Amino acid sequence: MTTTDNTMLEVRDIKRDYELPGGLFKPKKIIHAVKGVSFKLERGKTLAIVGESGCGKSTLARMLTFIDEPTAGELIIDGEKIDTRPGHLTAEMRQKVQIVFQNPYGSLNPRQKIGDVLGEPLLINTKMSSAERRDRANEMLVKVGLGPEHYNRYPHMFSGGQRQRIAIARALMLNPKLLVLDEPVSALDLSVQAQVLNLLADLQDEFGLTYVFISHDLSVVRYIADEVMVMYFGEAVEYGTREEVFSDPKHEYTRTLFAATPRADVESIRARIARKKAATAA
Amino acid sequence: MALLQIDNLTVEFETASGWFRAVDGVSLSVEKGEVLAIVGESGSGKSVAMLAVMGLLPWTAKITADRMLFEGRDIRNISPAERRKLIGKDIAMIFQEPIASLNPCFTVGFQIEEVLRIHLGLDRQARRARAIELFRQVGLPNPEERLNHFPHQMSGGQCQRVMIAIAIACNPKLLIADEPTTALDVTIQKQILDLLMSLQAKNGMGLIMITHDMGVVAETADRVVVQYKGKKMEEADVLSLFENPKSNYTKALLAALPENATGDRLTTVSAFFEGAPEAAETRA
Repeated sequence: MTTTDNTMLEVRDIKRDYELPGGLFKPKKIIHAVKGVSFKLERGKTLAIVGESGCGKSTLARMLTFIDEPTAGELIIDGEKIDTRPGHLTAEMRQKVQIVFQNPYGSLNPRQKIGDVLGEPLLINTKMSSAERRDRANEMLVKVGLGPEHYNRYPHMFSGGQRQRIAIARALMLNPKLLVLDEPVSALDLSVQAQVLNLLADLQDEFGLTYVFISHDLSVVRYIADEVMVMYFGEAVEYGTREEVFSDPKHEYTRTLFAATPRADVESIRARIARKKAATAA
Repeated sequence: MALLQIDNLTVEFETASGWFRAVDGVSLSVEKGEVLAIVGESGSGKSVAMLAVMGLLPWTAKITADRMLFEGRDIRNISPAERRKLIGKDIAMIFQEPIASLNPCFTVGFQIEEVLRIHLGLDRQARRARAIELFRQVGLPNPEERLNHFPHQMSGGQCQRVMIAIAIACNPKLLIADEPTTALDVTIQKQILDLLMSLQAKNGMGLIMITHDMGVVAETADRVVVQYKGKKMEEADVLSLFENPKSNYTKALLAALPENATGDRLTTVSAFFEGAPEAAETRA
């Protein structure tokens, strides 16, 4: 493998098929969720994956985090080719990649205290003593903008934004290098979204993290991403730097996506009001 | 005369630690053929205020208002029977979760025909014809076949179209849309918003759009009410709101939009209020 030193993640023609079992008279059906996606991502950069529901972006995230096994294709993380067959993953590999899910109300166990949420990855993957684990959890709480006083609380005592901070903290407990964020801010309010995006930017600077940021919100993508990939029905229809994709979209679907995104600038509001006036006058 | 006029609406809920005020002295009005957007974060009382108008709040809620007029008629203390005649006919509402707001046990055809039967008293054939016409109007393909489908057989965008078809079935004078596109993809969102706007223009309905998305506001509203913690922060026409926001909270909301980011960090709403914690409370 001749990956350069600076490449954190390389994906080559990765595929994932799901099999729907057939019945007595119904043939079984194969769904091609991801149909051969390739990309390269440098250390400390952010790749945004955009697309509508059902386009395979979450399936891709599941493959990157080893939750799902790819049907075909290669996954190279930190210069190492990953053997994704069940039972062949090393603990070290699992520590390098972590994931933050979309819904912070669903991704935290309601019966687990925050301290245990954060300590669990350490308990499973390391030989740290409980005192050490506690210290690390408290440190991490401070880093994500919470405090040691939150250690003994339960998830229901937190707001959506705070829960997402906890989910991020949990993902960072094992010092991963690659963080996969599956729609981390789409369940949050605008002002809380700004806070979480700022936190992600701060953490990226501090730990040199590489992000794969899955989103359907183009204004967020434009703000956070270095590179953008647009997926449509399991295929990457557009892939390039943020400037390339936003200034000169090549594929028809990307253009549709841009046209559908609501615009909140004064000029487009003026244009809309003028159109409406013309329509009522006519 | 305004289509809907609310003066000084307050909604309170009793909690273990006393009365919680979800809506605090909100006044607003909608004219015929006007699109009013109510913007606010979760917990700002924007949905609760409209549920109070619809009479859909549980009996534990304490609703007080100086005035609550629909077409000049007081709707504060009308009897349940009278309210049932009004709601779903002259005032209709679309909810956020399209799949959850349809009954999974009945076909969508049954659910739309129920509205036509109860409010308009149409016979079986007329109901079916009208239902097909409505489905065609909201852009559902194969309406005849679609009537026999159950909600789970359709996508979220299609379910929302069915909800809109049910809401406009009796040509309501006022349509309240509570986050109608939040659960949908941007391309579907665009279709649904375009559909709502064209129906609104065609039927001349008043439309109240409840949303937290400033983009949706910019794309749809004539006038905007900004709410925060149950209070009205600002009311302005859409252009002046974006061009020249008066209240600090609106300024903070606009600054938190990723497209308005200056530098490499976003301005957060709390950062806006740090200098003056009381600033959030000042009303425009």
